[in-house]
Amino acid sequence: MKITCLFFGQLAEVTGRSSQKLTGTTDTDELKKRVQQQYPALEKLTFSIAVNKKMIQQNTTLQPEDEVALLPPFSGG
Amino acid sequence: MNTENRYQRQLQLTGFGKEAQDKLANAKILMIGAGGLGCPALQYLAGAGIGTLGIVDFDTVTITNLHRQTLFATADIGKPKVEVAAKRLKALNPEISIITYPTQLTNQNALDIIKDYDLVIDGSDNFSTRYLVNDACVLLNKPLIYGAVMRFEGQVGVFNLESNNLKTNYRDLFPTPPDAVSAPSCNEVGVLGVLPGIIGTWQASEAIKIITGIGTPLVNKILTLNLLNNTVYEFQLAKNNQLQKEMPKDKNDFLSFNYDWFCNKNLQNIITVEAFDKLRKAEKCSIIDVRETDETPIISEFETQQLPLSCFRESITEINFNTTVVLLCQSGQRSLKALELLKKQQPSLKVFSLEGGITEWKKQIKSEHYEQSQT
Repeated sequence: MKITCLFFGQLAEVTGRSSQKLTGTTDTDELKKRVQQQYPALEKLTFSIAVNKKMIQQNTTLQPEDEVALLPPFSGG
Repeated sequence: MNTENRYQRQLQLTGFGKEAQDKLANAKILMIGAGGLGCPALQYLAGAGIGTLGIVDFDTVTITNLHRQTLFATADIGKPKVEVAAKRLKALNPEISIITYPTQLTNQNALDIIKDYDLVIDGSDNFSTRYLVNDACVLLNKPLIYGAVMRFEGQVGVFNLESNNLKTNYRDLFPTPPDAVSAPSCNEVGVLGVLPGIIGTWQASEAIKIITGIGTPLVNKILTLNLLNNTVYEFQLAKNNQLQKEMPKDKNDFLSFNYDWFCNKNLQNIITVEAFDKLRKAEKCSIIDVRETDETPIISEFETQQLPLSCFRESITEINFNTTVVLLCQSGQRSLKALELLKKQQPSLKVFSLEGGITEWKKQIKSEHYEQSQT
């Protein structure tokens, strides 16, 4: 099961990429844990999560080919 | 002057016409911040004939603003932003009214300022103002057009407007503010000048759509734009019921909500009494008392320089500080304001604000003496 994870803003800077394919992740909590393990700097950052372009508030089950976006807030104006 | 000619190019649009133009003329829009987002948004809103534009900004024009803040010229450096903006906008369209608020938006004045407007556009540059504006708009039930930028990426969205029985706001998108370290400001990491130009213009476009009722505004949505690879995403927001607990429930709650604390603003620059005593013994630092000259207690235990907050902005230009500067006041609030001013003018300095101010310092010194006399 392949999931695409998109990184926005500072998250892309920290991971050095704007997207990444992940296999074997069944829900968003697990996905979060996986990317934070791979990029420990992500643990300090605040971000919201969207699954297939819908913002989610709690752990969400993932289906094959789902697209998960990690979205940090920006303050600049 | 012939008004119809001024607006002729939009009047001739299908679905626009005189009715839409009248709606614009009767609309009152408040712009928070006359910066990177505010300048382009205001320019297009003035051009479109928004009847009343309010502008809130306490800042003055600096040279680093000019690469993106399109209402200002080099000759305007040092002038209040709202003053220059109002003059430029008035020259662009003398038919509209412009109301300026040369003040910092706080929870004490926000409700009074916002209540007179139909719609608010957020072009602020820090999280505490963003949460404050959001909460004020929720309490007053005003639509809020959000925009934010960082480096090459921008976000825009419409909050607090109901659609399909759903009404979301900034806290639904980002329930918890990040700390200052994890979400740096444009001052620290930079921004491509055209980016706020695009996002601010986009905000103006959403405002015009909402006022006139044309098209589909970004209600309950957040749109992201990445200029480097031209990617645009639109995300659907959902109501976050958990956040209701954290939001001010009414006006009194709002007036006592500490937004700076909530957003951990300048947390890394706040120094405790203990750390301060260590620091001033270890290195030569400038210790600045920002209280007014008649305030007590007088500090005789260590050397301070008095630069009252009331004239702080002017006085710091003439002074050579040591690399490390500690600011203090009575309770640690005013020194935080001074910290922002000093960091802005002299970003190379290491600046701290003494937590709890001289009151806390005296208190701890007293208890230390007490402990020593007991042992």
